[in-house]
Amino acid sequence: METLSVDHLLGIKDLTKEDINLIFSTADGFKDVINRPIKKVPSLRDITIANLFFENSTRTKLSFELAEKRLSADVINFSSASSSVKKGETLVDTVNNILSMKVDMVVMRHPNPGAHAFLSRNIDAKIINAGDGAHEHPTQALLDAYSIREKLGKVEGKKVVIVGDVLHSRVALSNIYALQKLGAEVMVCGPATLIPKYLHTLGVRVEHNLKKALEWCDVANMLRIQLERQDSKFFPSIREYTMQYGLTLDLLNSLNEEIIVMHPGPINRGVEITSEVADSSQSIILNQVENGVAIRMAVLYLLAGKIGR
Amino acid sequence: MQPREIINTTEFNLIVRRLAFQLIENHTNFEETVLIGLQTKGVFLADRLRKELETIQPGLNLNVGYLDITFFRDDFRRTDKPILANETKIDFIIEGKKVLLIDDVLFTGRTIRAGLDAMLAYGRPSLVELLVLVDRRYKRHLPIQPTYVGKIVDSIISEQVSVEWEEVEGEDKVLMHSSEK
Repeated sequence: METLSVDHLLGIKDLTKEDINLIFSTADGFKDVINRPIKKVPSLRDITIANLFFENSTRTKLSFELAEKRLSADVINFSSASSSVKKGETLVDTVNNILSMKVDMVVMRHPNPGAHAFLSRNIDAKIINAGDGAHEHPTQALLDAYSIREKLGKVEGKKVVIVGDVLHSRVALSNIYALQKLGAEVMVCGPATLIPKYLHTLGVRVEHNLKKALEWCDVANMLRIQLERQDSKFFPSIREYTMQYGLTLDLLNSLNEEIIVMHPGPINRGVEITSEVADSSQSIILNQVENGVAIRMAVLYLLAGKIGR
Repeated sequence: MQPREIINTTEFNLIVRRLAFQLIENHTNFEETVLIGLQTKGVFLADRLRKELETIQPGLNLNVGYLDITFFRDDFRRTDKPILANETKIDFIIEGKKVLLIDDVLFTGRTIRAGLDAMLAYGRPSLVELLVLVDRRYKRHLPIQPTYVGKIVDSIISEQVSVEWEEVEGEDKVLMHSSEK
């Protein structure tokens, strides 16, 4: 029986290449499902899933909720803004209280790195990481790699540059793990203040010149500048950042080869990427969003298959 | 114990040809009829029937699709069977059409039940018929009966019926496997 090697999706770091390929081939099936007139299958009709968002999210939360509903799961939602967390309840207590209402799976976003790993040791439910601080965001990396595979036919041997605020990005770390496991070469590009000091130990190239990075790559994944996570000044001004690291149509057209442009969203139009580039034919930003639902359906389906009856 | 051959290659080809003629009797030129093979083995039968129909009626314009039922199975989380999905390929409209569902072996009827559900996600056909190569009668869990049958086989529950295809195993035949060693 083909099955995942893990019981929870805590991060890409724990997955094998075979796991990722199994998720991709399952997602192929679900991509087909969500393009049918009736976009729903009954697989998870006896499963209840709690979406716990201790940090803001629009796209990921909607995408997970849609994926769950398209699999016919029952869904409950929770966001920390309106909860007892504000009254001093611990994470384990909050989650155990929710689990006593007979919940089988937990999709969680939490500001603390490792919150999911901690929870997986303390509660009895399948856990899916929807982002933990600046650590990992596994489903985003899976859908990014899946979108590259869809557009270029394969990931192996492709050159991918991750541009921007790598320091505060959970998308960057998960992407590095996923792309490397699938055999791609990864480069990061950004101001030295936003590149973690020991990143090269992961076998990642580091480049500070955007033009050089773009000339090297097949795919550019443009990250958002996470002003909300920055507690000090990492660059003089947004305007200066945009001058140095913003992707413009002129820059894109000046390259010898056509590259693919990605963005995990939300886009700051005119900062890391101009509107012309975001809406150009080289951009697969909206394909990423569509693939996100299929990938999340695949992850939920494969993990739900491991829940005993 | 060696598996017992219950349909040999000659019979196999006769049966497929007979089924093709039966289909022509009921569907004439297949203008309003589409063929849908259930993944995985029903797909081979659908392709074979297409070949046979096109030989009998050259120039026939047939719509043949493949339907995967993995996500509609009623035994998800109840068996150790592979849960990997196969390709669904239906690039025509089934709304208002006559649909011929095709599978190799009809046993409990649960696969066909899932197939009916999966098919309905594509629209509302005017009529659904079921064609199977082998009907293991008396073993149904659901009230499902085939419209066209290649061969009826009486078997006990511990026995297994497997259809082998020239394109996969090298020879067209149907085998009965006994569980006794």
